[in-house]
Parts: sequence; C-alpha cells; structure tokens
Amino acid sequence: MPYLKQGDPPMTQPRAGFSAERSAGYYLYLLPGVLGFLVIVAVPFVMNIGISFTTWKGVGLPRFVGWLNYQKLFQDGAFWGSLGHTVDFVVAMAVVPTAISLILAALLFDYISARFGRGLSSFFRAGFYLPQILPISAAGVLWGWILNPFGVLNAILDSMGLHGLANNWLGDPGLAIFSLMAVLIWLQIGYSLVVFMAGLARVDPSLYEAAELDGAGWIQRFWFITIAMLRPEIFVVGLTTTIAALKVFAPVFVLTNGGPDNATIVPSYISYYHFFSTNRVGYGAAIATAQTLLILVLGIIFLRVQTRQTDEGAS
Amino acid sequence: MTEQAAVSLPGVATFKSRAAAARNMQGAGRWWILLLLALALAAMLLPFALAFINAIKTPADYASHGPLALPQSFTLAALANFWTHVDFTRKLINSTVFSGSVAVCAVLLSLLNAYAIGIGKVRGGRILLVLLLLGIVIPQESLIYPLYYLAKSVGLFDSLLSVIIIFSVLHSAFGTYLLSAVLTAFPHEILEAAEMDGASKWQVLWLIVVPILRPTLAVLATFFFVWTWNEFLLPLILLASNDSQTVSVALGVLNGQYVSDPTTTAAAALLGIAPTVIFFLIFQRTLTRGVVVGAIK
Repeated sequence: MPYLKQGDPPMTQPRAGFSAERSAGYYLYLLPGVLGFLVIVAVPFVMNIGISFTTWKGVGLPRFVGWLNYQKLFQDGAFWGSLGHTVDFVVAMAVVPTAISLILAALLFDYISARFGRGLSSFFRAGFYLPQILPISAAGVLWGWILNPFGVLNAILDSMGLHGLANNWLGDPGLAIFSLMAVLIWLQIGYSLVVFMAGLARVDPSLYEAAELDGAGWIQRFWFITIAMLRPEIFVVGLTTTIAALKVFAPVFVLTNGGPDNATIVPSYISYYHFFSTNRVGYGAAIATAQTLLILVLGIIFLRVQTRQTDEGAS
Repeated sequence: MTEQAAVSLPGVATFKSRAAAARNMQGAGRWWILLLLALALAAMLLPFALAFINAIKTPADYASHGPLALPQSFTLAALANFWTHVDFTRKLINSTVFSGSVAVCAVLLSLLNAYAIGIGKVRGGRILLVLLLLGIVIPQESLIYPLYYLAKSVGLFDSLLSVIIIFSVLHSAFGTYLLSAVLTAFPHEILEAAEMDGASKWQVLWLIVVPILRPTLAVLATFFFVWTWNEFLLPLILLASNDSQTVSVALGVLNGQYVSDPTTTAAAALLGIAPTVIFFLIFQRTLTRGVVVGAIK
C-alpha cells in the first residue's frame, strides 16, 4: 500500500484514463433522474413559458399573442397589490421570525442550556418547532376557527370584558393581512430557531464567559458573539424564507382566498385563480413566469451579496 | 486553548471563579428568563391545546362555558362526526400511500443520481444537480398547468400515481444534493478493493454503499415522508375527487362544510394536525436535527 502513495505522480495519467472509462458505466444510473427531470420540470417549465405568450382556454389550440399578457400584467392592479403583500410576507416569514429566533436561540443557549441543562433547552426547541411540522391546510383550519368573527379569539376578548377589541380578523380588509402575517410568524419561528441553535453548537461557551469576564452585558454578548457567529445561518435562513415568502399559497388559499377585496392576494393565488377559475391560462402562465423571474433575480442578488461579504471578511 | 491560557495565569483563574460566582448570583435572573420562555412556549402551543379541549366537549358545554374553559363534558361525537363525513380513513390511507411511496422512490432516485455524481463523477452530473435544485426553487405555479394538462392527457389525472411521480422527482433534488456531498467523500479504498474483487457497479452500490449510507437514507426518507404529507398545491389540483384526496387537501377544501359548529371545527383541526404531531413525537430528534441539513429547502 505505501508504495502506491509514493508513486502518486506517475500514477495520475493512467488513472485519469481509467476513471474516464469507469465513469462511462455510471451514466446509466443517471437515466431515471434525467428522465424524471425532463418530464416533471424541464418540459412543463418550457411549456409554461410558451403558454404565457398565447391566449388559451385550456382546450383547443392556443393563439399566439406575443407580449400581450405581460403588457396586461403591468396594468393589473391586483398583480401590483400582490407584490406589496409579498413584501408583507417577507416581513412575516423572513424578518420577524429571524429576529425572534435569534433572541430565543441566544436565551436558550446562554441561559437555559448553560444553567438548566441541555435536555430542557432541547424540549423548548422541539416545542417551538412543532407548528413547522403541520400541514398548512390543517394549521389554516385551526387558525380559521380561532380568528373567525364567532371564533375563539373574540370569545376570549369578550370573556375578558374587552368586547371593543373583538374584530372580524380575517374579514376586515384592513386587518386580514396582519392576521395572516401573525399566523405565518407562528408557523415560521421553529425553522429559524432550529437552524440557529445548531449553529450555536459551533460556538465555544467559554467565549461567552470570557466576554462576561470583560464586562460585556447580555446585549453586547448577543450582538458581538451570537449575531456575529451566526452570520452564515442568518444568511441561509434569510434566503430560504424569502424565497418561500415569494411562493406563499396555502395559507392564503385556506384562510382568506385572497380577500376581502384582494386585500391578501398573492402572485401564486392570482395565477391559480386564472388557471382554474377564469380559464385565462395564458395570463396565469405569464404571472407564474414573472414570479419565477422575480425569485431567480432575488436569489442571485442574495448570493452576490453573500459572496461579497465573505470576500470582505476574508481580506 | 482558552482554558489552558486561563489555567496558566493564576490571576485570570481567580477572575474566572469570580465570574462564575457572579453568574450564580444571577440566580433570580435565570428563573425569570425560564419563566419568560415558558410563557412564550405556552403561547405558541395554546392553539393546539384549545383544539384539543374543545374537540372533546359537547356543543352545549362550549356554548355555556366558552372555548377557554376545561371540558365539563366528554364526547367523541364531534370527532366521529367529522371522521365519517369526510371519510377520514380513506384520506389517511391516501396520504400514507402517497407519502410512503414518495419517500421510497425519492430516496432511490436520489441514491442513483448521487451514485453517478458522487462516486462515478460523471460529466454533467453537477449540471444536473444545479438544474434539479433550480427545479425546487422555482414556484410550482410555473409547472402546474402543463403538469395538469399532461396528467390529463396520459390518463393519470385524479390518480395518486401522478403526484407520486412528481414529488419523487422534486424531492430527489434535495436528496441528490445531500447524498452527492456524502458520496464524494466516500473512502475510495473500499471501492477499489471491491472492484479488484470483481464486484460490478450494481453490486458495489447495493452491497457496500447502501449499507454504509443506511442511517442517512433513513433520515432522508423521514423528511420526504413529512414534506410529502404536507404538500398542498399540486395534490389540490391533481387529486380532484373525494376518493383520491389526501388529508392535507381534504382540510384545505373544507370551506365551512361539515364544520358549522365550533366543536366540529376544533375536531377537524385536531384530526388534521394529529398525524404529523404523532409522527413528530416519534421522530423528533431526527426531524429537528435533520432540518439543519435541510436548511436549503
């Protein structure tokens, strides 16, 4: 065996030839994956872009109309409104849960795990994670039951003598978006918390002790250690949840159907609506394509910023 | 390293013990934080508790004591009512078949892809991986109408088989990503030894790679099962009839049907969340740990 290692440089050439020949046989293993990708992703994706340049009712032949659907899209108030709600959902899925989870993770790591044991901190983590595991439709039924005008929340407010605060939480155009945001925050906290706590496992607890020794208060330790150490995790969570926020469908479908008066409509819901309710398939496809473009552009910007930041950190 | 430094400097050692004492002095503080976190957790879990205590009340009990009161009565009528009305047995079977099949097929597909990419190092393998990942980054809306149309034209509309195929491919993106990374680092000595013994690629995969990867494959399958169980949009569109719907879809399309009174709605919510909560309690460690590698999704 040892002489093999010594002979490494001269071995490279025959080895390269050997491995090229070797890898040939492996293409067969890629066949199901490639075939599946073509049928389930590539072909439908290209078809959808094609459809977006036509008017089509879903039956008969599509008629090519060029950029017409995209021109309509730019004048569609519902579409622009949906982009505004997407920003609200980025706040509810990416920004707020990340902020809350950072504080929770730091408290669990710095106080609970250090002073009460890891078992208790794992218990808390599991508890906060629980909503993440639910089918969103089931979570929707649960929250619809709580938030409807005769629902649990209003009953609680009534029993506390706060009848004036009772509202039609999902039916009031001014409130519905905030109700949905609250539900999404509830759903999302667990995800970022679990990722952050795993990240903190890398941090040497003595770092906190050393900082405490130097007189750093909790807020300073939080800012200069927790946040600084968790930067890669914050980035990953930010990227994945922002993309998820751009794709929100099920909570809106189950809780508000985009209403009242389009007050909670999102791009996914508009395309769904045109595909399967108005049968304006071409227009629905244009919305889906625009949404895809938006997600890809945002993803690229995110990755660019990340690369620049790691470069700066390195130099 | 920091510990060694602390020990070698006597002054620091005293500081350290003083700091430790200071930490213990904060005894009251840590109890306040524990209380605060416990309250936050209670608030998070309150909806679950509310669904549970109200699903087993009689409507009269709910009407007179409100949703917050503990049940003064006990009945399974609301649960049974919802169960029979939506044929929940059928939905559970559909969801289990759907999620179980996808878990197995997606793991297999991921394994074959990753074997070619990670061990075979085939050309274009990386490109396929990037394309597969792009496939799950794009919104499902941009695939949904063509998939609906294609499923109809090949006679797979309203059949579980259609969604099983679709999600096996979509979920295999993450599996391929994870397993390729693992297999790229696979010890080459083992593979070369097996090849010298005359093992074929197929034998190497099943007799050497799979047994070593078994724990990872099990984690992947657990994840795929839960993800598939919770999938909503594509099953909503492709599984149109009552007989083919999954739990997730059935709850999403209730829209006030069968749930006119609050105890039945609570029962519906409870039954909808129960399977995944039970699953979570069994696989809690796997799921909370695995989410970290799953951060990409």
